[in-house]
Amino acid sequence: MLLPAAHGTGLKHVADPVISVRGLHKSYGALEAVRGIDLDVAPRQIFAFLGPNGAGKTTTVEVLEGYRMRTSGEVSVLGSDPARAGHDWRQRIGIVLQESRMHPELTVRESIELFAGYYRTPRGVDDTVELVGLTDKANDRVGRLSGGQQRRLDVALALIGDPELLFLDEPTTGFDPSARRRAWEVIASLRDLGKTIFLTTHYMEEAQELADQVAIISGGRIVARGTPRDLSVRDGRVSRISFRLPAGIGADQLPRDLAAVAGPTPGRMDELQIQADDPVRTLNELTRWALERGVELAGLEVRQPSLEDVYLDLTQAATEDVRS
Amino acid sequence: MSGAALAVHQFRFDQKTFWRNPASVFFTVAFPVMFLVIFDLVFGSGDRLGGLGVDVSTYYVPAIITLAVISATFQNLAMSVTIDREFGILKRGRGTPLPDWVFFAGRIGNSLVVSLLMLVLLAAIGRIAYGVSVPWDRAPAVLVTLAVGAAAFCCLGLALTGFIPSQSAAAPITNIAIFPLYFLSGVFIPESEIPSGVLHVADVFPVRHFFTAFFDAWVGSGGGAGFEWTDLAVVAAWGIAGFLIGMRFFKWTPQAAG
Repeated sequence: MLLPAAHGTGLKHVADPVISVRGLHKSYGALEAVRGIDLDVAPRQIFAFLGPNGAGKTTTVEVLEGYRMRTSGEVSVLGSDPARAGHDWRQRIGIVLQESRMHPELTVRESIELFAGYYRTPRGVDDTVELVGLTDKANDRVGRLSGGQQRRLDVALALIGDPELLFLDEPTTGFDPSARRRAWEVIASLRDLGKTIFLTTHYMEEAQELADQVAIISGGRIVARGTPRDLSVRDGRVSRISFRLPAGIGADQLPRDLAAVAGPTPGRMDELQIQADDPVRTLNELTRWALERGVELAGLEVRQPSLEDVYLDLTQAATEDVRS
Repeated sequence: MSGAALAVHQFRFDQKTFWRNPASVFFTVAFPVMFLVIFDLVFGSGDRLGGLGVDVSTYYVPAIITLAVISATFQNLAMSVTIDREFGILKRGRGTPLPDWVFFAGRIGNSLVVSLLMLVLLAAIGRIAYGVSVPWDRAPAVLVTLAVGAAAFCCLGLALTGFIPSQSAAAPITNIAIFPLYFLSGVFIPESEIPSGVLHVADVFPVRHFFTAFFDAWVGSGGGAGFEWTDLAVVAAWGIAGFLIGMRFFKWTPQAAG
């Protein structure tokens, strides 16, 4: 049962979003980078903010971090307006910027010690080095680290103040697959520490792997939101059945109701594709026809729509919308 | 940490960063020593310079200390702060609770300590290698002049970063701003060899006034305790102008596109 807010302040506090955004707009001169977005991020969640380059991701996250002034809208981060928040607020957040280096002359440990001094209640330096997997490199100069190791140092520097809320702006861009997987383990372990994480990414896979909630931004607007699972199955999205027919047999020879919906797979002209609301029934009809006729269905495949398909559809639609 | 403790904390790491960077050590420490030795080799004949009443070696000790202080403050800050800004180091720091003034205190503190060290180093080389006496009786004037000059050139160096668009532009812009003034102001070439019209042009800028004030404090040519208040006032005015311009134009985020 929901309690009225006035009587349930304790409960209400627990449910208070860490980040709340209403009607955020940001323009650079005539360019409207962010066109009125709403967001809510619950505590102890990984929130993935997904979108292609130039969609307004970094602008939005930099407004939330207090780096950029917004044009209009309401923004609350940890109960404060980032545009006016001071050092007490900065004690409670950690930021990994999309691009930033550290003094190449300092060692990993020295860099972290330097930042530990900025906070009232920092985490342990050794703990933090270990958490990001840099124990072996602790006494190496930052200038000698690989790109992936420098990124892990970025995470350690954002984490050393023991923040409640962590912003990660494209933390794995440029990583090889195994480095990305290790980074995901680190990020997932931060949620286990009770942190709220606002993650921007243009990798659908990353959002699918890590996020509790996803919002997709395209052309400055939120085009979809929900759990990764919600998004994959949203709006009656259909499975795709694809196959190749032998030479001499055309799509017009399929059973009539299948022939009506079968079409070439985009980009692969020799392959047919059927979008099916009810894949079991469609597949049954197709394979029965093939067995009766003795037709081989080469490369037969049934695919569930992935978050990636949803993402590509949505961001393409939004891009066309902007251009028209 | 209290504000002061935090500033000391920041300063300690700024020192590490400075001393471990070969370029900053070379240009700030080795370069002035090299200039002192080379100028003495080239021009030093033991003759007295016309009108100044000092020999070449004595002339170049305060001249090169002037250069070393400007190098440790103006040139060092303009270049290193611009590069750190373009690296995103300043932007990252601004995302932490580090107060802006602590950031500046660390960097300026580093420049002041290096300036003092160069004073000691160059005075010692002058004394040992060239027999140029150290003006102990005018030490207050020497230190006050150095402090005013160093502070003013820190402000000017930080102000200049606001007009440097990229990492690669940092060294050329800084050097173009300062090297002609070393020549015009008598730092490189004894002022007795410089036409008076050129010196009048140099009189507009702070290098000439800082050099004059420091020279008089060092050799005592103005008489008395060695304070040249008029020159110091001009240097301080330039410093205040730099401070105000810096307040308006200093940038924390990378400026180069891409």
